Amino acid sequence: MKIAVASGKGGTGKTTVAVNLALSIKGSTLIDCDVEGPNCHLFVRGPMKKVKDVSIPAPKFDLDKCTYCGKCADFCQYNAISVIGRKLLFFKELCHGCGGCRIICPAEAVEEIEHHIGVIEMNEGERPLFHGMLDIGEPFGVPIIRELKGLSDDDGITIFDSPPGTACPAVETMRDVDLCILVTEPTPFGLHDLKLTVDVVREIGVPFGVVVNRDGIGDDRVDTYCREEGIPLLAKIPNDMEIAKAYSMGVPIVVALPHYMELFREIYEKARGMI
Amino acid sequence: MKIAVTAKGNELTSEMDPRFGRCRFFLIVDPNTKEFEAVENKSAMATGGAGPQASQTISRLGVEVLITGNVGPNAFEALKASGIRVLIGASGTVEEILGKYDKGELEEIQGASVGSHSGMR
Repeated sequence: MKIAVASGKGGTGKTTVAVNLALSIKGSTLIDCDVEGPNCHLFVRGPMKKVKDVSIPAPKFDLDKCTYCGKCADFCQYNAISVIGRKLLFFKELCHGCGGCRIICPAEAVEEIEHHIGVIEMNEGERPLFHGMLDIGEPFGVPIIRELKGLSDDDGITIFDSPPGTACPAVETMRDVDLCILVTEPTPFGLHDLKLTVDVVREIGVPFGVVVNRDGIGDDRVDTYCREEGIPLLAKIPNDMEIAKAYSMGVPIVVALPHYMELFREIYEKARGMI
Repeated sequence: MKIAVTAKGNELTSEMDPRFGRCRFFLIVDPNTKEFEAVENKSAMATGGAGPQASQTISRLGVEVLITGNVGPNAFEALKASGIRVLIGASGTVEEILGKYDKGELEEIQGASVGSHSGMR
């Protein structure tokens, strides 16, 4: 079973829910898909060790063979190639590594070279944790997320901690999972971004439920919205100073405050019932 | 000679569009006869690389001078490769701007005038 923990808004508690959910489910695997700023490892003891390099194919143009026909530039959906007269310009940061320019080139002037974009690291603890690290200056982390998702335990339970937002990295994390848990906070910003994420998850077609974090700081508009939209509310995590203290020291809630384990098990049981 | 002016509409009375890669139209004008052709900018909704793509478009139309609001780094590189001169510092309608061009009141730039993605803001 694969569960993605997501949210439109950053800082709502995705990592908190993902880490504590994993610690509350025996034999689960935790995969941090926020390759631009992974942080699950801050709450899991032990070092992260590199297990894999991630590269994407990048075109290399042989200008002796190039006829400047411009077919590669016309083909490229990301406009990473410009052919102007007898000049070819390649904008590396726009390239998604699809390899189409090599296939389309009638002069066989395009060769593919491996371009390193990041690494995958692992902590072999009691709960295995994987995360990806996008190289500094690289704009596009989705290929690393794709590799990370391939490390899921097909027979067991895998929890994905999604990047924030509703763009490609979040979509890549949420697609093909069995269930999405959307974490929000009971504030106008939390509700606004929750709605955006709900639109995306509905489009993806994955069942989902909502967890309200820091319950008590705002109002009940998230409750009203979920009720009106028929979205299951899986749990509310209270705005508890003890949770904040544990968090600030990098200690998971269920380790510092074991009585909360029941709450996370309940999230899991409810989630399981929805699949 | 052909001049391209980025425009919000397809007439000489249209406002200039200050964006290059994501402008609505290119008005391709002969500065001597004031004859023009409006070309819709197909790069306006590109997910990325609108600037270089727009540069290719006007280059293929035989444009030698571009008049616009601002040009980003990728677009400038492509325009430079095309040998297209870039003039900025204009505002108003396309007609008014062509008047300023005739009087030599527009500034020619030798590098990008704004950072990446300025036209998306």
